[in-house]
Amino acid sequence: MDPKILIARRVAQEITPRSLVNLGIGIPTLVSDYLDEDMGVFFQAENGAVGMGHRPPEGMTDRHLTDAGGRFVSFVPGASTIDSAFSFGLIRGGHLDLTVLGALQVDEKGHLANWMIPGHYTPGMGGAMDLVTGAKKVIIAMQHTAKGAPKIVPECTLPLTSQRRVDLIVTELAVLKPEDDGLHLIERAPNVPLDVILEMTEAKLIHGTDVPEMQIGC
Amino acid sequence: MHLAISIDEAVDLIPDGATVMLSGFMGVGVPDGIVHALAEAGKKDLTLISNDTARDTTGPGPLFAAKCVRKLICSHMGLNTIVQAQFASGALEVELVPQGTLVERIRAAGVGLGGILTPTGVGTKVAEGKEIIEVDGKSFLLEKPLTADFALIAARSCDYVGNLAYMLTATNFNPIMALAGKTVICEPEEIVPVGMIPPDLVKTPGVLVDHVIKTSA
Repeated sequence: MDPKILIARRVAQEITPRSLVNLGIGIPTLVSDYLDEDMGVFFQAENGAVGMGHRPPEGMTDRHLTDAGGRFVSFVPGASTIDSAFSFGLIRGGHLDLTVLGALQVDEKGHLANWMIPGHYTPGMGGAMDLVTGAKKVIIAMQHTAKGAPKIVPECTLPLTSQRRVDLIVTELAVLKPEDDGLHLIERAPNVPLDVILEMTEAKLIHGTDVPEMQIGC
Repeated sequence: MHLAISIDEAVDLIPDGATVMLSGFMGVGVPDGIVHALAEAGKKDLTLISNDTARDTTGPGPLFAAKCVRKLICSHMGLNTIVQAQFASGALEVELVPQGTLVERIRAAGVGLGGILTPTGVGTKVAEGKEIIEVDGKSFLLEKPLTADFALIAARSCDYVGNLAYMLTATNFNPIMALAGKTVICEPEEIVPVGMIPPDLVKTPGVLVDHVIKTSA
């Protein structure tokens, strides 16, 4: 299975019916493709959409309706639009059940860095700092390494996005959960041995001798 | 009294060195006509307050291509290669503000608040040099109001008294910036008689709008 699809499918399992969810750009955006539409999940975007649906039919896109990445979207029944202050009121005010974001680095404390590589590239935080600070649950969905370089590190060396500990990290190799005592390895990707995960991870992982496999149906 | 003015007249109102709020989100809900005219007029040393810098040719993009902006206050500039190059060379001063903080700082200015207290940014680079205030045992950053000489906004519809209605995700920063600019200039897609926009659908009352760009010559 494509690593990005594996990650998206595993993250989709964390989404509960009738919740309000914000998906970041990249792998997180794929998550909505693996959800049952009957679940009644509303997808929120920073630019003021509550209830985004798939891309409209070809030729039917409209520039007044996009997601936070500027891509054309549609609406599901029951959708609404709000201004930017209200949108961040939802995010910061604890009304958002879940956000799924990408990362440049995550560390043993569950801290996230995802907005700046000093001296190289400074895209800015956009809504990420508010999302991580305010969402009820934060899941990081990312490739385990960046061109072979570890992204799961003992301590973030890049500027942090928030002091808040993220709740779950899902990669194409593993599912990790930061707790008070450190970073727990709770699942392996199908057919990925434990030693491969440990080799690809710079952070210290807490794990038992038998780490269960992710349950990804086909 | 709302003065319908041409784009050229709007451009003449805005001097070099002005602080300008520009609405929109990744190029959606931006007054594109004013942006292009300001770029063509070769305005200099603007301070631009905008959520993002979209891409090289969309949203505020033309203002950077024409080197109109000296200082940028925004939340995201990752997809505009001209902005990235000007920032890297030191030609463009940048203040990055978390998006939720940016909109609340603008709102604070518009509604007469002395600032806002937000948990966003506590313990990060964003907190550097800012006052931390404890409320009921929780830490918040004091973020100050953000005002501007001009707010340049876009609307779907505008009536003869300047009432504005927006459409879908093109709403974004528009109604907030309409409160915060000392002079508010709106570029609507259509101008309609009073009464065509039902009162409940007016998101910016006309009393806030100083100038409306004529939709035809």
